[in-house]
Amino acid sequence: MFKAIKPVAQVALLIVGVAMVGFGIMRGEADAVLAKAIRLCLECIGIG
Amino acid sequence: MDKRKNTASHLLARFRGLIQAAATLATNIHLPNFAKGGIYQGAGKAVCVPGLNCYSCPAASGACPIGSFQSVVGSSKFSFSYYVTGTLILIGVLLGRFVCGFLCPFGWLQELLHKIPGKKLSTKKLKLLTYIKYAVLLFAVVLLPVLVVNDVGMGDPFFCKYICPQGVLEGAIPLSIMNTGIRSALGKLFTWKLAILIVVAVLSVLFYRPFCKWICPLGAFYALMNKVSLLGIQVDQCKCVSCGKCAKVCQMDVDVTRTPNHAECIRCGKCVGACPVDAISFRYGLGVTGDKPAQSTQACENK
Repeated sequence: MFKAIKPVAQVALLIVGVAMVGFGIMRGEADAVLAKAIRLCLECIGIG
Repeated sequence: MDKRKNTASHLLARFRGLIQAAATLATNIHLPNFAKGGIYQGAGKAVCVPGLNCYSCPAASGACPIGSFQSVVGSSKFSFSYYVTGTLILIGVLLGRFVCGFLCPFGWLQELLHKIPGKKLSTKKLKLLTYIKYAVLLFAVVLLPVLVVNDVGMGDPFFCKYICPQGVLEGAIPLSIMNTGIRSALGKLFTWKLAILIVVAVLSVLFYRPFCKWICPLGAFYALMNKVSLLGIQVDQCKCVSCGKCAKVCQMDVDVTRTPNHAECIRCGKCVGACPVDAISFRYGLGVTGDKPAQSTQACENK
């Protein structure tokens, strides 16, 4: 059963992944990631 | 050299160490920043790297997917990150836990530590601990940053702040060496995270990849994707002689002949090299990475 639907699931997940990335970029999430990543993450390095 | 050992699967497994080193370098390409005591601030930081790599590492070329997810969902503007989740789904479907075995800098570090000579302990009787990482993913990465918020609706990146040892190793230590301001600001939280790093390092000498097996939320996500990943392991049951060498050599405690696409399989390829009859190989593509069923004796003979 799983073998039969596996290729379908793989293609579906790839489409969902691409769509989610595109939607995330559209609503400004990539900018939010960039804004966080180019500043020193105080929590990450243990300052708080 | 034995000719049959030069298949793509064998070559991939044989050169894994080199690929891990190259992946670590590619993930941390801005090496001069170590001397400058600052971090890379270019547009590349908007893209998530596949492995666990702190974006506060001076050399980091991209963003940590776990840190990015928490920063987005912990902001007052968003409560879910389609961008990071979509990226992880894509990487998960394309590669699965191959990322852990070949591309993750922290996984590679644990492997190097495990090469230190000394007593080695098995994790076969500790399989229950592998479920901890799913709890870490659910609570520390997804739920707590969304649910525990301050007055302006912002949540802490709980995993990065209280659990992840990469931030101390790649960020705090090199930055505090070069930057007196950062050095003077380090306090109890740093001490706590340094203790975690030391414990993980010591455990890594004793056990094979303890952080990957038990704690890593990124490994947990890729583990969930392993069954649908395009890259997988296939066992040819017609060739298999059930010698058990593959299961014996597997340090992730997987019996590849029973579950080739087990959630814990990091695609390291040790089983590929151990198989005396070349029954195990890497496979890539739609639908071809599934568990190859045991064929009838007649079907094998006719092959």
